[in-house]
Amino acid sequence: MPSPRSRPIHPWPLRLMHWLNALAILTMIGSGWQIYNAAPIFPFSFPTSITIGQWLGAAIAWHLAAMWLLVLNGIAYLAWGVVSGHFRRKLVPPTPRALWRDAMLALRLRLDHRHGVYNAVQRALYLGVIALGVLAVLSGLAVWKPVQLWWLSDVFGGFRASRVVHFLAMAGIVGFLAVHLALVALVPRVLWPMIGGGAAAEDVP
Amino acid sequence: MNKLSERRALLGRALAFGALGALTGCDYDHPHHPDLADRALRAMSSWNDRVQAALFDPATLAPTYRPDQITRPPRFNAYYDLDQVRVVDGASWKLDLFGAVAEKRPWRLTELRAAPQENQITRLICVEGWRVIGQWGGVPLHWFLRRIGADLRARYVSVRCADGYYSSIDMASALHPQTILALDFLGRPLTPPFGFPVRLRIPTKLGFKNPKSLVALGVTNVDPGGYWEDQGYNWFSGS
Ligand code: HEM
Repeated sequence: MPSPRSRPIHPWPLRLMHWLNALAILTMIGSGWQIYNAAPIFPFSFPTSITIGQWLGAAIAWHLAAMWLLVLNGIAYLAWGVVSGHFRRKLVPPTPRALWRDAMLALRLRLDHRHGVYNAVQRALYLGVIALGVLAVLSGLAVWKPVQLWWLSDVFGGFRASRVVHFLAMAGIVGFLAVHLALVALVPRVLWPMIGGGAAAEDVP
Repeated sequence: MNKLSERRALLGRALAFGALGALTGCDYDHPHHPDLADRALRAMSSWNDRVQAALFDPATLAPTYRPDQITRPPRFNAYYDLDQVRVVDGASWKLDLFGAVAEKRPWRLTELRAAPQENQITRLICVEGWRVIGQWGGVPLHWFLRRIGADLRARYVSVRCADGYYSSIDMASALHPQTILALDFLGRPLTPPFGFPVRLRIPTKLGFKNPKSLVALGVTNVDPGGYWEDQGYNWFSGS
């Protein structure tokens, strides 16, 4: 039983922001695919059955609505992570050595999961997807406002290059998601603490 | 989606509309009955209108390009195909004026030709995500609005086209130095597919806010909407 003074594995602000982010990201990706279909930049389109918004106007409306949730929630997460010490405690960038060791262990399915402690692979993945999220937002702003935010557009190399960067950021996030969900599926007992908070971190050996 | 399949999808929705006898309203996923999601999306879209109006800087110019960067051949785009383009007779054409303007006398093409002209090589970005670079020349809209005694404190400039298309823009964008009533395209008078005799050219907004073959222009405080805007595209659609 957790003692009254103990902390949950995942404090409530983290849980709330994680699931709001999942909602925002999935809406952004689903509607983004439909927007992409209106003028594909690669020789393929996304099946409309898996997009959000069945035509361009609806998809744009979803995309430009969910972006507010994504950005505000993302800023709240970054601010909370710094102020609460969460990043310092839990998301220290791994050394290449530790990353290699944990990656090898993970591939042999020998990596132990301790509640409340992220291994090097997790930390690399989380820091990577945070960076990709920032990149997706900035390149998205460059695509949306290439005149007013011309300097941002220039940073990415103009309107068409911004679209490519924006697409690649999405692809990277989808790649993260595949690994992320696979890891949760492999170690399903990590899921409940992300929903309900879980037993106190101190109580777990 | 290409124009054809987009029009098919539109046609499908129009038929669904017709069957229900309701042709108004914003149609996101369920055109005939705006549900909670539709209303939330609509509210967010008007919020985004306000954000874009605040972000709009009258002094920020759209980038300009060199002649060798012009997209050739130019790309035609409308809500119909090339063979359905309405051909306007330039000799009898006139631009009707309405709303909050002091001098409502219609303008002829020769009068617009005699007005000060402004040339630009700018980028047109389509809401679909592609862009082209073109050269347009014509009468600065801020000059024209002052000349006809328009109420410059009114909120909207509204335009109607020979093909039934219509749209509207905010006054701040209308007064932007690069917003012109274009008469020329690529150094020659506009051709019918590109908006003969006069189109609105506004490089600070998406392509669909650049209506072609204008027949009327007015100034108003009542939101005039637009052909695509009324179907759910964001109204401000600034770049
Ligand atoms: C929708 C299905 C998702 C599920 C089931 C899920 C599940 C989880 C779980 C169980 C954890 C905790 C892992 C642990 O304690 O070891 C976690 C953490 C995390 N997830 Fe997800 N996730 C989902 C979507 C996403 C999405 C879409 C993103 C971002 C693109 C994301 C980013 C993260 C990050 C950054 C963390 C670490 C948070 C921190 O401690 O600061 N997740 N997720």
